[in-house]
This record gives sequence, C-alpha cells and structure tokens, in this order.
Amino acid sequence: MNAIIEVQDVSKSYGGVVANKRVSMTVQAGGITGLIGPNGSGKTTLFNSIVGYHPIDSGSIKFEGREISKMPVQSIARLGLIRTFQQTRIYAAMDCTQNMLISLPHRKMKFLDAFSKHGESDHAKAERLLEFVGLYEKRFLNAGSLSFGQQKLLEFAMALMNEPTGLLLDEPTAGINPTLINGLIDRLKRANREFGITLFIIEHNMRVIMNMADKIYCLAHGEMLAQGTPQEIQNDQRVVDAYLGTH
Amino acid sequence: MNTKNIIFYVALLVLTAIAPFLFPDFRTQLATLWLMIVVAMTWDMTGGQMGYNSLGNILFYGTGMYVAAVISIGMVHDVGAYTDAGRLELMTFTERQYFVGAIVGIIGAGLFCSVTAIVVGYVTFGLRGPYFAIGTLGVAIAAGELVSNWGWIGGGQGISLPVYPGNFDVGKLFFYYLFAGTGVVLFMFLKWLYSTRFGAAINAIRDDEEKAEAMGIHTMRYKLTTWAMAAFFVGIVGGISGFQLIHFEPLETAYQTTNLGIFMVVCVLLGGKGTLWGPVIGAILFHFIKEVTWNYFLGWQWVALGALIVVTVVYFQDGVMGWLAHRKPQSPRL
Repeated sequence: MNAIIEVQDVSKSYGGVVANKRVSMTVQAGGITGLIGPNGSGKTTLFNSIVGYHPIDSGSIKFEGREISKMPVQSIARLGLIRTFQQTRIYAAMDCTQNMLISLPHRKMKFLDAFSKHGESDHAKAERLLEFVGLYEKRFLNAGSLSFGQQKLLEFAMALMNEPTGLLLDEPTAGINPTLINGLIDRLKRANREFGITLFIIEHNMRVIMNMADKIYCLAHGEMLAQGTPQEIQNDQRVVDAYLGTH
Repeated sequence: MNTKNIIFYVALLVLTAIAPFLFPDFRTQLATLWLMIVVAMTWDMTGGQMGYNSLGNILFYGTGMYVAAVISIGMVHDVGAYTDAGRLELMTFTERQYFVGAIVGIIGAGLFCSVTAIVVGYVTFGLRGPYFAIGTLGVAIAAGELVSNWGWIGGGQGISLPVYPGNFDVGKLFFYYLFAGTGVVLFMFLKWLYSTRFGAAINAIRDDEEKAEAMGIHTMRYKLTTWAMAAFFVGIVGGISGFQLIHFEPLETAYQTTNLGIFMVVCVLLGGKGTLWGPVIGAILFHFIKEVTWNYFLGWQWVALGALIVVTVVYFQDGVMGWLAHRKPQSPRL
C-alpha cells in the first residue's frame, strides 16, 4: 500500500487562533483512515486545507504524489478527491435523481459532452447508487424534503456517483438515526471494498470509527496527538485524557 | 413530445407567422413584444437558471446596436466621416448594401457580444449575489458613458442608419420577422439546452455553487458559456433594433439601463424565474401592461410601472409559473 494523501507539517491559523500546528499524516491508498479529536481540535480545518477551501500557512499536501496545497477546490475535485460536508450540501430544489445526475464525474467529460442529454446508463447508475444507499423509493422526491439523515445518505451517493479515487467524509453518521448507522457503516465499507474508493473519515462516534478504520489519527488543540490502529488509539492514555478534558 | 404538444407548438408557430396580418396596425408593437421576449429569455438564462442576477445585460443590447451599425456602415463608407456631425456630403446605401450590411452587422454584433460577455464575465463572475448585480450594472453604465464620449461612432448624438429601402409596411414586416425568428430560434435552443447536462450543471450552480465546485464542475466555464450564449442573442436583437429604430443614441436608446435593462428583469420575475415559459409569459404580460399604462395613464406611467415592480418583487416573486406550480404541484414543470 502506498500513500494517496500526504500531509506534511501543515499549519493554519485564523488570526490569532492556531487551528492546525505542524500536522503531518498520510492516508494509505485503498484503506479507511479515521480522524478523531475533541470539538475544536482542527479536524474540519485539516479537511478544508486538503481539499483547497483555504490556503494553508505552511507545509505541503500531496495527492497521488502531486502537490495540491495551492490548487483551488475544483481542480482538486477534478483530480478525483471529493469531500462531503458536515452540514450536508445537496441541491434542495431538485429531485434525488437529478442530484445524482449532476454529480456525474465532469473530469471524465469533454466540454461538448455537456451538450448531450443524460443517457440510459447515467440513469441506471444513478438508480443503482440510490438503491445502494437505500433511497431508491425517494428518487422522485425533492432532495430538500428529505430528512437530514437521508440527505447525508444522498450526499454520500452523490459522492460515489462522482467516482472519486479518494473520498473525505466529514462526520458521515452525525444526525443519522442510530439504527441506520450500522447500515451506513456497512455501505461505507462496501464502497471502500467494492468500488475501491479510499476513505478518510472525520467521526465523533467512536463505535463507528473503531469499527471501520484501519488507521486512526487523533487531533487535539490543532496538533497531532496520536496515531495508530483502533486498538492502539483506544488504549492511548493521551487520547482518553484529551476527550475527558484533562489534557 | 406527444401529439398534443406538437399541435400546441405548431399552432403557436402559425400564430407567430400570421400575427402581423391579423393585427396589421400593431406590427411594430408585436416586433417590440418579441424583443421583450428575447431579452427576458436571455436574462433568465443567467438570472433564473444559473442564479446570477445581472442588471447589466443591457450592455449587450447597446453594444449589439453599435457593432451592427458600425459594421454595416464600415462595409460601405468611412465610419468617422459618416458619423461626423458637420458632414455635408450625402452618403447613401444601395438596397444590396443595406441588406448585406444588416445581416453581416447583426450576426457580427451577436458574436462581438459573446466575446464581450466572456471578457466582462471573467471579471464579474467572481462577484456573488447583489454584488454581481451591481457590478454588471456598473459595467453597463460605464459602457454607455464611454460610447457617448467616443466621437468616431457619433458620440452623444448617436448614429443614424439608412431607412429600410422599399415599402414602409414591408419594412415593418421585415423587422417583425427578424425579431420573431430570433425569438423562435432562441426558444427552441433553450428548450433543448435546459434538457442537457449543461442545463443541469447551471442549475447546480444556482442551487449551491460551492457544492458544484466541490464536485468538480467547471463552474467558471459554464458561467462564461451561458452568459456568452445569452449575450449572443441580446446582441442580435440589439443589432436588429438599431436598424428598426433608424436613429439611436447611447444613453436613452442603446444602453438604456433604467428602461429595457430593468424591464427584462421585471418580465422574468412576473412570469416566473428559472422556467422555460416564465420569461415568455412575463414579457407578454409586462408589455401589455406597459403599453396600456402608457396609453391611458400618461403622466402616471412611471408610477404605475414602479408600483408593478414593487408588487412583483415583494408579493409575487415566483411569478405566474411559480404560482401555477404552487396551485398544481403535481403538474410537470414546463
């Protein structure tokens, strides 16, 4: 396994607040990597730095060996690195199928392809993925009328529609009904295994992340506190302290 | 398309073709109506379908008017000499020169406006929401002021084009069919465009541009292409208007930001943003209301128009199409 995302000594501060301080980490291709940490520890900042939402102060970020720290969001997305949002972002005024169709990978399209209609295979793919996340019955409903949890599932399906190489998920289970979480874990694992998508997941739910990830990083106060397998992280006293507030 | 739809569209097409003969006294009115329909539909391409409310689309109307005029004059005479206020020499056009000049000029106007849209868009599409509206308005006003100070193209007194060679009534028909033809082509073009992936992509930009970016959609490319296509059609009708009006000047006729520049927005709001039929219905309604107030409430026409704008913006934002969709949620959107 080789590294698909390499973060080296990345620092980012907002005014006087240091959100990330010399953070280094790698995401192995084909695996599931987790990122945990107490609220305000800089997880989402790190995500935003990787996908190009804001410039970083110093350091280097590489995707498949290519430096991406100075690239804008769209260019990074077109390399095949897609993210989902903590507050879900879907096209609320359109139905689920349209949401899916819009998410077709534009990087694999030529400009003139935009002037063709969505083909049978596009519709079939959209419906297959909607079925995969369990939203097939809702496919003609406006995305805005779905519950928050369902919108998260839709956003996940849209990301899959885009055929990314790497997928960054910001709290995929937050706001999802506990009984649905098991199904979601299963689907994330299948997306990783069957579609070969490398996953990098921010997650607060320890049960979820310990179940899925093969490697976990823990941030606290903007610094990388610990890294290791789920077992190592669970047994790391510093991590426990960070979460309980003695840090 | 089912048979019912085909009959509907064919009937509309026939009506379009025979309208100037059904209402021979209203030929110029009907031509202006088609002008309103075209500018409303093109405004909706960015404003309704893509979520970028431009207040400066009149830029392409005025520019189209000037470019068409300058091309058609320049093909025959020296433009600077032609527009010279102190000119004593008579400069004429043969019938052939008139028509060739008009056709080449009008098409050239469309193309020039597309390029203008790409250049202006490259700068202004960095702005969002009201900033984009004000930014584009500023560009249109500045363009009008620049043109009115450019002596070579007539400066503040504008340009006089040759009169339509031949029968005056045939001339009215000529302009009616130019406007109507542009409108029909534009309608069919948009009906097709909105059904493609392109249409889906610009809708995505409207609904959540950041999300569209995050999904790798080439947002800037789509925005520029959409505006360039809209500008092409506005430039064309601008060019036609120049020949129809015979004389035009920069601030009140060509770059009329406070008249046509606002009317096109009101048309779309009245009819329903982001729909194929909304701008058409809105333009018809608006033009009718406008002409009635101009005829029967002269002196109060601007007050009536202002009231219409306020009522539309405050109470009737979804327009006729939105209101219909609200009343019959099951019916498919046109």
